[in-house]
Amino acid sequence: MPSMRTISRRSLLATAASLPILAATAQGASISGTMPWSPFAGDPPRPVNPMGWFYFTAGEAATVEAIVDRLIPADHLSPGGKDCGCAVYIDRQLAGTFGKAERLYTRPPFAVGLPTQGYQGDLTPAGRYRLGLAALGDYVRARFKKDFVQLSPAQQDEVLGGMDTGKIVLKLKPGFSTKEFFELVLQNTMEGFFADPLYGGNKNMASWKMIGFPGARYDYRDHIDKHNVPYPRGPVSIYSQEG
Amino acid sequence: MAKLLPKRDAVIIGLGWTGSILAQQLTEAGLNVVAIERGPWRDTATDFNIGYMQDELRYAVRKDLFLKPSTEAMTMRNNASQTAMPMRDYGSFLPGDGVGGAGVHWNGHTWRFWDSDFQIKSHLDHRYGAKKTAGLQLQDWGVTWNEIEHSFDQFEYLCGISGKAGNLGGKIQPGGNPFESPRSREYPNPPMRMSYAPTLFAETMRGQGYHPFPTPSANLSQAYVNPLGVRMGQCTYCGFCERFACGNYSKASAQTTILPVLMKKPTFEVRTECEVLKVNLTQDGKMARSVTYIDKHGVEYEQPGEMVLICAYALMNVRMMLLSKIGTAYDPVTGKGTVGRNYCYQTSSATRLFFEGKHFNPFIGAGTLGQTLDDFNGDAFDHGGLNFVGGAGINCVVTNGRPIGNRPTPPGTPRWGAKWKQATVDGYNSSMGFSAQGSSYPVRENYLDLDPTYTDRHGRPLLRVTFDFPENDLNMSHYLSDQMERMAKPFGARIAVTSRIKKGWDSVPYQSTHNTGGAVMGNDPRTSALNKYLQSWDVPNVFVVGASAFAHNAGMNPTGTVGALAFWAAEAITTKYIKNPGALVHA
Repeated sequence: MPSMRTISRRSLLATAASLPILAATAQGASISGTMPWSPFAGDPPRPVNPMGWFYFTAGEAATVEAIVDRLIPADHLSPGGKDCGCAVYIDRQLAGTFGKAERLYTRPPFAVGLPTQGYQGDLTPAGRYRLGLAALGDYVRARFKKDFVQLSPAQQDEVLGGMDTGKIVLKLKPGFSTKEFFELVLQNTMEGFFADPLYGGNKNMASWKMIGFPGARYDYRDHIDKHNVPYPRGPVSIYSQEG
Repeated sequence: MAKLLPKRDAVIIGLGWTGSILAQQLTEAGLNVVAIERGPWRDTATDFNIGYMQDELRYAVRKDLFLKPSTEAMTMRNNASQTAMPMRDYGSFLPGDGVGGAGVHWNGHTWRFWDSDFQIKSHLDHRYGAKKTAGLQLQDWGVTWNEIEHSFDQFEYLCGISGKAGNLGGKIQPGGNPFESPRSREYPNPPMRMSYAPTLFAETMRGQGYHPFPTPSANLSQAYVNPLGVRMGQCTYCGFCERFACGNYSKASAQTTILPVLMKKPTFEVRTECEVLKVNLTQDGKMARSVTYIDKHGVEYEQPGEMVLICAYALMNVRMMLLSKIGTAYDPVTGKGTVGRNYCYQTSSATRLFFEGKHFNPFIGAGTLGQTLDDFNGDAFDHGGLNFVGGAGINCVVTNGRPIGNRPTPPGTPRWGAKWKQATVDGYNSSMGFSAQGSSYPVRENYLDLDPTYTDRHGRPLLRVTFDFPENDLNMSHYLSDQMERMAKPFGARIAVTSRIKKGWDSVPYQSTHNTGGAVMGNDPRTSALNKYLQSWDVPNVFVVGASAFAHNAGMNPTGTVGALAFWAAEAITTKYIKNPGALVHA
């Protein structure tokens, strides 16, 4: 999560650290004779703003909301993926460093690889969603004369299941298969559902309450010896939401 | 034109575990040392905040503390008939980045390889005859157990390892690992407290006649002051260990054991966010003169040094040697050359048990909270009637219950929808597992070299990894899976599933960041890049320290042996080399 804060922090570090070693001629973050420390230098995560869409078009957002609601349907165990914020989560991820593939190796040449070599396409995750959602829309309109969001839950499950098992092949591009698109959406949906709520999903820590994960607690010394005994406290999140 | 800087006694490439140990030991001996580190400065107080370190998405999924492939990627293929492609994201293994290196986000399993590992070829030939290992490139490491035992001791006391000795000076100790090689004294700290799963594992395995013991842990069972005077805290079993930095000062790392002392020395300097491009040799190629590095502003510098210590991650050490033409690149066709030879990995499988009416609280965890048995590791068991050599440690370690990555369901469960959800709820608290971490033995066709096509941001070739699981290791792993299937029965679980490894190493799913070899130590310059002191045979003022020096990989995590090798090399430099610079071993 690089931010202005990270950049200023690194420069600050370099400046502060260069003080004790005036004799050195090298530039940059040279540190000697001290343990560098500067107040508020950490890089805390920023909670997402839940309003609006940062990457998806309105149509894409509606489709993704419908998808996450089938991958994680509402029932007695938890609210559905949409109400838990999974679509908002994916939108914010695609608008950020993940969506832009900032940390990945993206140098050419691009060629189709073997399954053991991983994704070899030239599309960023954001680009894969744009292409994948458009192709899904084309497929559904050609077959049902409707948009994905207008299908019944059973029809939506049938389409998603077909993408999962390889029975449905969307028109994508070489090096980016329908199965890969489905895996990306499934992985991101589960991330949104189970990640800390600050990223936009897992609203009210619904998934953590559902499975019994206490979240961001950091000390279990009082319970480690209590074998086969359920942990008594509910979850907490990074920004101190308590459930 | 690179800016020329004043000469130092030693230039260290990379300030992780080995770089920090070398810097500490060399400055103690009076040398003036500079470390050049590609990644950022990192420290507990500023970077490993207990208010937000427990963020699975950021650290475990988006890999915030790891090396970014955009900085340095590698290409991979399973065999020479394939075209290597870049790992555009790291998956199967995750190299570290920044000060502290992978030691920041490791789990903390701290093993000593055995005497039979250091002399593996002699040992196996003696016990089974040379035919048994034909087809494998096993070779002795040059160093022997009695020579290096005290270096293990130094590393364990630096870290405050929590464990129980199994063999004190040849006397087997109850509660410890009876298969370990003799140690000179007890661990510095007692074992960690055990949660339910490892306790049940140990009871059930003891009932079957095996010898479980607490996994030696760099997560501290109690507060500790190490020999450098650095104070560490007690582990809180928070379940955010591997892939995370510790906010409690309770996981041993360069930050928690060395840097508070090292950084205060005026004779030590680290330059962060500076990437070494190559080691420059003299014209005859027989000595290193300097390193060339580029800082974050893109300015190039030349840093001369009396010696150069290559202390990056194992794979990067090999790449640096190849880029700098230190030694001769290994050729798998002729078997000649040594740099890139004997690349090994890890060969693992796992068992998962789903119970009715048990409650494990998997989130109460630590990187090394668990129990191990070595009854099927290394050469602890007779391989006479078996079609392989090697083995695996069987570990029941509860590292975490972080739900994006860790929510087991029985086989056949859908991966989404209502049935998936119910199975996830049912499995989360009522399941436990154990796994076999198997050895990886060298074969001629597994190796490292420079990729002919793909380059990094500076235009240098990427490292190319050519690797697949050899038949010997597949046989070993299947044998271990058979054992685990059998061992699982007395648990009385509702469902027990054991995985089986397949030919065709897949670079995508995470497996292990235990990449070893490529610049191995040994007795013979025809088969090893380094002598027994980790000194280059070809360029004697270069030492290459890390798991790159392993002549094979055992069924254990490598860091304990990496730390020991760092102390071992440091001792050779400070007691032998600086008095009489030159080759420490004459071939």
